Formats: sequence, C-alpha cells, structure tokens
Amino acid sequence: MTLLAVEGVDARHGLLQAVRGVSLELAEGETLALVGANGAGKTTLLRTIAGAHRPSAGRVLFEGRDITSSPAHKRVRAGITLVPEGRRLFTNLTVEENLGLAARAGRGGPWTVEAVFETFPMLEPLRRRRAGRLSGGEQQATAIGRALMTNPRVLLLDEVSLGLAPVAVEGVYASLRSLIERGTTILLVEQDLGRALSVADRVACMLEGRIVLEGAAAEMTREQVVEAYFGLSRGRRNGGPA
Amino acid sequence: MNWLDQVIQGILLGGYYAILASGLALLFGVMRVINLAHGDLAILGAFLALVLTDHGVDVWVSLAVVLPVMAAGGGLLYLGVLERSLRSGVLVPLLSTFGLAIVIENLLFEKFGADQRSFFSSIGTLAYSSWQVTSQITIGKLDVIILCTAIGVLGGLQIFLSRTSLGRAMRATAEDPDTAELVGVNSRAVYAMATALALATAALAGVFLGMRQTFDPYAGQAQLIFAFEAVVIGGMTLWGTLVGGIVLGIAQTVGNQMVAEGWLKDVWGGAGAGHVVFLVVLAGRLIYGALEERGGVRTVLGRA
Repeated sequence: MTLLAVEGVDARHGLLQAVRGVSLELAEGETLALVGANGAGKTTLLRTIAGAHRPSAGRVLFEGRDITSSPAHKRVRAGITLVPEGRRLFTNLTVEENLGLAARAGRGGPWTVEAVFETFPMLEPLRRRRAGRLSGGEQQATAIGRALMTNPRVLLLDEVSLGLAPVAVEGVYASLRSLIERGTTILLVEQDLGRALSVADRVACMLEGRIVLEGAAAEMTREQVVEAYFGLSRGRRNGGPA
Repeated sequence: MNWLDQVIQGILLGGYYAILASGLALLFGVMRVINLAHGDLAILGAFLALVLTDHGVDVWVSLAVVLPVMAAGGGLLYLGVLERSLRSGVLVPLLSTFGLAIVIENLLFEKFGADQRSFFSSIGTLAYSSWQVTSQITIGKLDVIILCTAIGVLGGLQIFLSRTSLGRAMRATAEDPDTAELVGVNSRAVYAMATALALATAALAGVFLGMRQTFDPYAGQAQLIFAFEAVVIGGMTLWGTLVGGIVLGIAQTVGNQMVAEGWLKDVWGGAGAGHVVFLVVLAGRLIYGALEERGGVRTVLGRA
C-alpha cells in the first residue's frame, strides 16, 4: 500500500530550481534511499515532503490525502517527521526537553523518552545536559530520538552520518536497522553509497533536481548508481559533462 | 540619609519598569521583534481599565477583564499585523509597530481627550499610605505591591518557560522556528501566545502607572523608552529586566536628588540621568562586543 506519494513536484530557492518534476512512491514499511551529489535537490525534496519548503508545483500525498498545503507541524501530527541535515537540535534545551518537545505532537505510540534511552543508551546519563554541549554522535542520536518521539509513520532522514566519527555512524546505522525491523517506513538521504545500498529496499538517484535512476537495491549494481550519480551516461550522450 | 532613601525609592520604581520591560524583552527574545507600540499598548490597557473604573468597577477587579482582553488583542495583533510584517524582513515590524503606536495614541486622544488621568480615586488610601522606616525613609505600600508583582510576573514567566510544555515550545521556537515546526510545534500559535503574554504584561504595567502617577493618551512614548532602556541595561533577558529596571529606577531617583541638591542642572534630573546610564551601558556593551569579535579583552590588551 502506498503510504507517501510525491507527484510532479517542483521546488525552488528563489531563481534556482532545486527539484524538477519529481515523482516518488513509498510503500508502508519500505526503506528508500535517495542518493545523489551535493546540490542534486535531495535535501530540498525531503524538506518539501516534511512541509518545511513550499513546492512551486506538484502534490504531496499521504495515505491518499493531499497534504501539499498543510504546514510542517500538521504533517508531524499526521505522521511525517524529518531529521534535518545538521541535526538542528535546540541547543539551549536539555536532551530530555528536546525529546519531550516532540512528544507534544500528541501521537501515541511505542516511542517515549524511556524507549529512546533504551535504543540510545549513551543518552540516558546525559538527559539533563544542554544539547549544545553534546558530541556530534550524541547530538545525532538525540535528533533521531527527537524525531522518533513523534511516533512517525514515515521517517525522513537527511544525511544522518554527516560529520560523525566512524564508530558513531556504526551506532546510528545499528539503530536504523532496528527501526526498519519494527516496520517504520523510511526515506533516507545518504552520501555513502555502500551504506545506502545495504540498508535500503529501493534506491533512487537524483541528478540536477531529477530522479535519473530508481530500482530495487538488490538488483542495482554500484556501477549503475555511480553512473547515474555523476550523470556519466547522460553526459556521454550529450557530448560532455553537465 | 536622603541618598539612601532615593536608592530605595529607585529599587521600588525598578519593579514597575521590570513589569513594563518584561513584555518588550519577551517579544524580542522569542520573535526578534522590537515592539515600538509597547508603551502605547500599556497606556491602552490603562484606558481600558479607566473605562471600567468610570463605571464603578474596582481597579483591581478591572484587571480580571483588562488583562485577558489585552492578551486576546495580542493574539490578533500577531496574526493580523506582526506575522505579515515578519515575512517581509526584520525592519518591517519596526515600521508597522511604529504606525500602530501612532494609531493608538490618536484614537485614545480622540476618545478621551488630552486630560491627565489616574486611578488615585479608585485605590483610596493606597495612593499615599506608607511605612515609616526611619525619620528620613518611607516606603510606599503601592510601590511594594508593584515590586512584589514584578517578581511574581517574572517568576511566573520563568516557570512557564522552563516547566511547561508550551513554554519549552516557546524556547525552541525562539531558537529555531523552522525546526520547531518539524517536531510538531505550531509556531504561529506560539508567536501569537508570546504576543498575548507581552500585551497582558504591558497592560498590567499601564494600570500600575495610573496608580503611581497620571497618564494621558500620549504617555506611551516615554514608557517605551524607559522599557527599552531597562531591557538594554539588563541584557535582554527576563530577570535582566528587573536588574535593568532597578538600575534605571535608581539612576532616575538619584538624578532627581542631585538636581534637588543643586549638583546638576534640571535637564539632567530624573529621566535624564536614566538616559545617561542607558547610554553608558549601551556603549560599554558595544565596545565589549567589538573586543570579543577581535578575540576577547585579554587578547586585544595583550596585543596593545
């Protein structure tokens, strides 16, 4: 069953068109990895789905309902939550306050402050510490935990491993796998191709605002993705790099 | 002994300034809006209370009507004026609240005329009753009530911001409204709520002003300046408004005393001394800020 659908979405930053006619479907319980070079439009697409960015054309559907004009906080209440790039914690609030804030969305479910601490045990002793004074890995765990506190049906993750030590990335991905096993629907933006292919059911590759390749992760070779990632095949066809 | 009395009177006066400034600091802290209509909104609150007391309502009881009405007006002010202004950049709220200030002043003038008003007749003996501490020092009961109310208002705001779910949402929205939305906070509702709180505290200050002294439709501009000075002296924080208010209050009362003793010319008295302290603190903050940008006081001095 399609939980989330994006239909012909255009999104702009002023004169720059970041997303061009993107259509995408996400089934319940599925994990889709969105890959692509910097500036390909991945973050803008995610922010458009989350309601933080208004599309200039197209529709976003959740459970078949058109939510294109609904503000971000209402989408959170409906069950769409974004873990933004760069974590974006409230640095003046404690870890516990950051988590508690997200619980205000009022969606009941398995995720409570205690459940988050079970998933990210390193956060428990830091619960009263200001989020601004955490390490990068601790901040990322808090950001994911904060998103989980809204008990999302679709979790959008934007470059959760960016700027983290390898061991912290390992920890984040271990917890992602447990989320996937619980049946959470995930749309993941990831720079690391290997990780994206290993964790996702499907992969979509963006180039200059368009989806240029999409398919089951298991059937896709690394070379295919790399080619789409850098626009090599298209570049050859057009007789030069884009 | 006279000087000590003036310092005590200044501290008490600081309570009034703290209430007046708390709303201004709240709006700046949460929304980065400098509400130039803040003083006039305080006077508007005072006139609302005046309408009720003219109909025989006790002035304290009138607060039960005036504060909710002003709070509701605050919500509408955000949704109707400030939200649109904020969308157009940081300068537009300055212009729109400045315009609002002029509109309020002139509407009040049209409705109530230029007469000086007060609540002296409504509060009976409280207007002048006091405790005689020594032969030189008397403490007005009303002043003590206002100072205690100020501590109550600031303490209440502090508990609201740190202990309640809505208060935490307000702090989060103040820090990063975009991300607050992404964790389910309705930032419009939070901003409307902050404006409502600011206007309620402004109205409370306006009614206290009318108990302490007289007011007229154009009294708001001076109150805005005092509130602004208290906020800047106090460092733009909630409890800072009490510190700033007290410093401003002491500067004004001691300034008056200096005029009375013939140390200063009359232009320096009262408000004038307060302005000087404000300017000195502001200059100090600017210089300190510039030094910090160049690597801190020690580095700069070490280099010299």
